[in-house]
Amino acid sequence: MSLTKRDWQSITLSAVLLAVAACLPLTGDAYMLSIGITIAMYAVLATSWALFSGPTHYISLATAAFFGLGTYTTAIGIENGLNYWVTLPIAAILGAVLAALVGLATLRLSGVYFVIFTLGLAELVRQVVTWGQNVSGQKGLYVLTDITEVHIYWQLLVLAGIVYLTGWAIGRSRLGFALRIIGDDEEVARHSGINTSRAKILLFMVSGATAAVVGSMLAPRYIYIEPALAFTPMLSFLVVIMALLGGTGRLWGPLVGVIPFTLLWEAISASFPNQTTLLLGLSFLVIVYLLPRGFVGLIESSKRKLREREAFA
Amino acid sequence: MTTGATVLSLRGATKRFGGLVAVNDMDFDVTEHEVLGLIGPNGSGKSTTLNLISGALKPTEGTISLRGTPISHLSAADIARRGIARTFQLVRLLPSMTVLENVRAGAVFGHRRRWGAEADAHALRMLSLVGLDRRANAHVGELTYIDTKRVELARVLASEPKVLLLDEWLAGLNPTELEEGIALIKRLRDEGRTIILVEHVMDAIRSLCDRCVVMSTGTKIAEGTPEQVLSDPEVIRAYLGDDDA
Repeated sequence: MSLTKRDWQSITLSAVLLAVAACLPLTGDAYMLSIGITIAMYAVLATSWALFSGPTHYISLATAAFFGLGTYTTAIGIENGLNYWVTLPIAAILGAVLAALVGLATLRLSGVYFVIFTLGLAELVRQVVTWGQNVSGQKGLYVLTDITEVHIYWQLLVLAGIVYLTGWAIGRSRLGFALRIIGDDEEVARHSGINTSRAKILLFMVSGATAAVVGSMLAPRYIYIEPALAFTPMLSFLVVIMALLGGTGRLWGPLVGVIPFTLLWEAISASFPNQTTLLLGLSFLVIVYLLPRGFVGLIESSKRKLREREAFA
Repeated sequence: MTTGATVLSLRGATKRFGGLVAVNDMDFDVTEHEVLGLIGPNGSGKSTTLNLISGALKPTEGTISLRGTPISHLSAADIARRGIARTFQLVRLLPSMTVLENVRAGAVFGHRRRWGAEADAHALRMLSLVGLDRRANAHVGELTYIDTKRVELARVLASEPKVLLLDEWLAGLNPTELEEGIALIKRLRDEGRTIILVEHVMDAIRSLCDRCVVMSTGTKIAEGTPEQVLSDPEVIRAYLGDDDA
């Protein structure tokens, strides 16, 4: 596999942007850093979500299940004397295993059945954890570490780098091509010799493992975690909306949605804390009706129009 | 042309949908380099038989074997990988991709698997075989009807199948296109490919098929050369009804 000049350009550009982003804590502004963490977290979640859902068009609402699984893995691990860094790979493996199980059970289904199942799964895991805590008599868990906000931010940036590299490599691989074919016509994919279940499950595992690691990384930030926080369905919806707002047709698409939406969301939550759900629904409608292919689609169609105009001029 | 080795054989292949028997106890063989026509009136089970072979449906009973190895329990993907490739009655292309990418899908995941520049070169060769190499970078939405059929055929050929299943590939073409279409399949036939053809166009059946299997209401009612089966009273009765036989 050889890299073209354009590939090197995109890799260099991404590395520079990541390095610039890594300088944010140097401003010393705690509020900026806190927004930076939120953006980095959603960027990783939305990008890894789009790795799977972009080409296959399977809308997963299970992000919260994986995220919460990661959070609890780290919390329980630290409580039992494990090193924080050991809990990250454990969370990744558990996330991948959960994704594989869900995938085996549901990816043969398609469309709305898959959406509902993933939403139900997140809720199921949350209820199970709540039940477990009721039985054990604990309400929540403390996550006490010496990890600071800056550390969390940098960890998320490294994870973002890994996710982008993974996505880029998958896009160039047979697996990536297979997923595009599956997204276009699953029947053709099967009859062309693609093991469609395996391809989908592999990608879902990548996505699930990533979300679990994000949950792990965020655990020290919460300090005290409980099921309602770690498994909040709002997280799943936000990830889907941000990814769709940006557009899932390109690897960088979700990021373009995450940054403006996070800033908007901050403003909404600060000014209208009681109307957040309403506004979330409205923004979802706006995206579906006005930007069905997200910002990426908008950029690409205006580019095409510009080219056509030049061709006629 | 029956001297070649048997490539595909159906033994007692049956498909029931609840109480409806769509395919009933089908037996036939396809030998190497043979073009077999699967014909019969509408609803006689031809497409279902093709679906059983390609793995789109599982037979309720009976076995289908490729070179002596049973394949009827395998998934469509595994069957495609073993070398049975098909086109669809209603053309199925990959709408988000270019013509070349569509064909590449066959080259990358089919019976013989290629990747990278080799896959592209092979896909281009297949496109020139069907006469579409100059439209390699076109979007599939821009194509005429017969060109979409060509792309699908090229995709199937790109996987280098041992057996090619064409489900009414000539249906819906106008007279000029039909001539081109028949010439194209004739070329495939002359290359020595093994083909099963579900077809309604009688001219095509006469000029392309070495042998025909005639189906009526799910059952095989005749087998032989096109001349033999088309003059068989039972076949005429199946097509035209009792009065005309």
